[in-house]
This record gives sequence, C-alpha cells and structure tokens, in this order.
Amino acid sequence: MSKKKLATVWLGGCSGCHMSLLDIDERILDVAKLADIVKSPVVDGKEFPEVDIALVEGSVTSDEHHREILHIRKHAKTLIAFGDCAVMTNVTGMRNYFNLQEVFDTAYVNAVSNDKEGHIPDHPSLLRLNDKVVPLQDVVNVDFVIPGCPPDADTIFYVLFEFLNDRIPNLSKAKKLKYG
Amino acid sequence: MDKRKIFISPVTRIEGHANITIELDDNGNVSDALFHVNEFRGFEKFCEGRMYTEMPTITPRICGICPTSHTLASVKACEMIQGIQPTYTANLLRRLMHIGQNLSSHALSFFHLSSPDFLLGYDSDPAKRNILGIAEKFPDIAVRGIRLRKFGQELSERITGKKIHIMGIVPGGMAYPLTEENRKALLEWIPEAIETVQLGINIIKKFHEDNPEMVASFANSPTLYLGTVGPGGEHELYDGKLRFMDGDGIILQDQLDPAKYLDFIAERSVNWSYLKYPYYKPYGFDKGFYRVGPLARLNVCSRMKTPLAQEEFEKFKHMSGGKPVHGTFYYHYTRLIEALSDVEDAERILNDPEVTSLHIQHHGRWNYAEGIGSSEAPRGTLFHHYKTDETGKLLKVNLLIATGQNNPSMNRSVLEVAKQYVKGDDIKEGMLNRVESTIRCYDPCLSCSTHALGQMPMVIEVRDRKGELVKRVERN
Ligand code: SF4
Repeated sequence: MSKKKLATVWLGGCSGCHMSLLDIDERILDVAKLADIVKSPVVDGKEFPEVDIALVEGSVTSDEHHREILHIRKHAKTLIAFGDCAVMTNVTGMRNYFNLQEVFDTAYVNAVSNDKEGHIPDHPSLLRLNDKVVPLQDVVNVDFVIPGCPPDADTIFYVLFEFLNDRIPNLSKAKKLKYG
Repeated sequence: MDKRKIFISPVTRIEGHANITIELDDNGNVSDALFHVNEFRGFEKFCEGRMYTEMPTITPRICGICPTSHTLASVKACEMIQGIQPTYTANLLRRLMHIGQNLSSHALSFFHLSSPDFLLGYDSDPAKRNILGIAEKFPDIAVRGIRLRKFGQELSERITGKKIHIMGIVPGGMAYPLTEENRKALLEWIPEAIETVQLGINIIKKFHEDNPEMVASFANSPTLYLGTVGPGGEHELYDGKLRFMDGDGIILQDQLDPAKYLDFIAERSVNWSYLKYPYYKPYGFDKGFYRVGPLARLNVCSRMKTPLAQEEFEKFKHMSGGKPVHGTFYYHYTRLIEALSDVEDAERILNDPEVTSLHIQHHGRWNYAEGIGSSEAPRGTLFHHYKTDETGKLLKVNLLIATGQNNPSMNRSVLEVAKQYVKGDDIKEGMLNRVESTIRCYDPCLSCSTHALGQMPMVIEVRDRKGELVKRVERN
C-alpha cells in the first residue's frame, strides 16, 4: 500500500483540536509510517497539495476561511470536520448572537483598558470577518465528523488509523466519544 | 508620497493568521513594518449576559495551548467576586496542572517546533524540518520531546481526567482530588523529565556556542519587562504579584497587585491588526512597550525556587553581568530553565503529604460585583476582568492576553530585521527565515488572539502604492 498524504488545517478555532492530535504522543510515529503529513501548522509546507485526508479544525469565520475550505474540498479526497467548532461552530460561533459591529466595538473601542486613540482594525491586508460564523458543512460537503472539544486523542488516532488503512471508522467503537 | 510596500504572507495562507507588510520610503529605505494578526473571535462581547461561574469553562477555549492559564485567571476572578480563597490542597493541585501546561507548551515549542532548526539546520530540507524529521535522524531526541510534552499533559489528565480544556477547576478549589495511585504514577516521570530538559539545555547551549553572532544579533534592543514574582521576588507562575523592570534592570514597580492592572497597563487598537497593543501606562504608547513570557520572567525575578533551575539561572544572569538579557533568541534558553524548574517543583508538590487530601473545595456565592484574576501563561502574564450585576450575570468582560503584550515588541523586532535585510527592491537572502525565526522566538500563541504554529511558508511582495507588483520573492 502506498503512503497516504495527510493534511491538518486550522481555521477559526483555538488550536485545542491540534493539541489533542499531538496528544496521540508516540503514536504519531505510527501515523508517519502510513502517511506523509504534507500540510499542517506543525510541519513546513507550501501550496496546499492533493491529499487523501484533510483534518480541518475550526469554523468558517472570514472571507479567507471561505476560500480556504473551498480550496481544501477540491484537493482532499476525504474531508474530516475535526472538533466541535468545525462540526457545529461551538464557542467560535457564540458571537453569532450579536451584530459584528457590536462585537468589534466591545473589544476595540469600549474595553476598559483601551486608551481613547485606537482604531478599529480595517487594514487591507487583514482578512474580512463574516457577519456569522458557520460550520464547515454550511460551505462544503463533509465526509466525516469527529465531535468533541477537543476530541479525545484516542478517538482521533482511531479515526485516522482506520482511514489510513482504507476502512471507514465506526465511531460507536471509539473509546471516549464525547460532547464538550 | 509614493510609499512602496512589501507584503509577506504565508504562501497559501492556510495558516493564514499572521502576515507582514514592510513599507519603504521614497529612497527605498524601510520606513515601517506592520505585523498583522489575522483572527478575532470576540469573547469580550459574547460572554456578556452569561453567569460569571461559566467563565472558567468558556475561556480556556480561547487557546488550546494555554487553556489552564485562562481557567486559572478566570477562576481567580470568580473567587474575588465570591470573596473566598481556594483550599491549601486545591492550590497544590492547581499548581501541578499549571506546571503541566507550562511544561507541555515549552516542550512543544522547543522539541516539536524549534529543535529542527537547531539540529537539522535552518537551511535543511523544509519537508523534513519538523518533529518527524527529527524522529528520522535523532529518534531518541524526538521520542524524549514527545514524552516530555506527554508528562505535562498527564499532570492535568491524572487530576481532572482531561488534558485540554480541563473542567475540574472551580471557584473555591477543585472538583476532583488526586488519588494516591495517580500521585505515584506522576512521580515516576520525574527523573526522565529532568534528563530530557537537560538534554534540551545542552542542545541550545551548543547552538549558542556554534552560532554566537547569529544568536547575539537576534532582535536585541532593550525593552521593559513584566512578570509575576513571589513575595521574595522569586520566580512564580501561578500566584503572586507583578514586577516591572526597565531595560537597565531597574525595578520600576514591585509587588503590584494584579487587580490594579488598569493603573499600569493601557492598550491601543491599531488599524493593521486584530491584536491590540498594550503598553506600560506611565511611559505612554511610544516608550512603554514591554515584553512578557519566559525571557521577561527570568529577567525580572531575583531567583528560582528550585536548586537545578537556580544553578542554570545563575549562568543565565552571568551572561550579562546581572543585567536583563535582551536578545530575543534567549527566549529558547529561558524557556528550558523554566521547564527545569517546573519538573523540580512538580516533584516537590507531589511529595507534599497534603496533595492527596480530600479537602479540595471552599464553597462561596456571589458577594461582589467585580473580579480580576491573573496568572502566568507559558507566554506571559494574563488578566481576566469581570463585572457582574447582583444576580451574577456578566455586564462586562475584559481580557488581556499574554501574546498581546509581546505584540508591540514582535512588531518592532520585525522592523529591526527588515532594516537589516531590505534595501529598496533588494531583499537580502535569508530575510524570510530571519523574520520567521524572530517571530518564532516569541513562540507567539496567536490562538489567544490567533496562532501561527510551525513554519510559515512565506512570500515577499514589493508593491508600489497603486498595488502593482514590483518584485516577488518566494522561499525555496
Ligand atoms: S472544538 Fe474546542 S478544542 Fe477544538 S478548536 Fe474548537 S474550542 Fe478549540
């Protein structure tokens, strides 16, 4: 069996799902036997390449995330929504109850530690936040989900290992499937 | 004025969180550098209206690398609202988990993310310049690094059953005790962990010796420093008072109560970044930028609490004749000295007979409208500030995040590098690596604001004022 190509991506999340992925500890070496990690915040990488599996953490919060997830969908055979933010927006989506301008004003104008000379960030090099945060499946088709905030490392390893061996994981067999 | 701009961003922007614009003046000299942090989640707003007691479980979701520090700052703010203190044993357990998080974060920063540069070289094959590349060439070091991080994570798991976004820290103490079985299991890790940290220290020292010029030239202008210290000025991560020091080593303010943070810290929003610019209030925005994190903590403190770390600390102090060390590269070294202190301190606490006591929680209720909590995250001092109504509903939330406080200095370090490497359209070889490794020294947890973990593939684009491409340089 030829080696698979694996990517892990971080959109609007806290990186906790990636940290939980690192919590598979030494088993990362088993993953490395079956797959090359070609794109990930923890390795060097260039243009997002064609991959067999993409694990995507976080929600879609901006124009840039939107472009990224479309790009990833095009280039990944299996796209996995990785963690509650990706699956259902979770904490990242809590700002949806408010209007974006209010959210900005609270942080950049009215915070008690702010001096009075600030500007709301609007530089052309910054990404544009969308009014509402959405989960991955609102934008693209998702092939599999791993719930949890973050998902447990054993569950992550199980899912990866099954996919890397061309099997479809059965989450009811995962050790510690959980919400929250 | 025809200001030209150089724009640096990750090639695909897949990490897409931080990028840099370098502005040139009419003569093609660098006039400014803007470090853009590109993510915003709005915690301050969406927590309004929730109960203050929810905060210790919501705020860790700000950052998956330093969730425990957020929980601790948050729970301390809750305790101020209730007017109660945690029990002695609860403090021990919190310290253990806090140490665990600091250790796993430092192990990640050093072994997973930075050691490939030191062991394989800055110019080695980028496809291998990661922890798996280390595993191929130096399997022992990779496994040790992975296991050091694992030990840190286990300190949380064996107390609360969870490694990330722990749920067991509650106002007044802890929800779970430490069992004798888990205490023993954790103690078994100590000798291995000490050895691994010392191995890391040897790696970084060898790199210092082999590359003295590079290390010395790394963004090394003086700044102010802020860190938490104990009552005797000793190094402290969990609970203490604050000390500000200037670039010459003069203590500007000492034993400051974190609850008074608004007296000495202000911040400004800038239009080019979602991350604000905090500064030391008495010195103002232009002169008041200060650094936090391991380098700052070791610069401000008078001594370490444990013997092996103290020995190393004396060597560190000796480097600059007792004055603060400014070189950004020394963040790596100080991170490892802290890791050493973490392991020694964990051993001390695990041997405290009270650590397995069941007296883990005081009970309180809403008593005061306002609470402020602080703690040292791996990357620096952190403040949570809550105001509530009389039912305990949050009216206002203010968060001052560790990486945010290094933001002005990161921006200035990038400017220093740009001045050294850029002249007009001519961008010297090595610019990309240097910008990236400069930022890496700060180990910026941009997830607290956002994050760019790992190596940033970069492009530099020189553009004229109309946005026309003048020149483009790409790594590799
Ligand atoms: S699901 Fe939880 S751990 Fe994962 S990114 Fe979201 S908040 Fe962080």
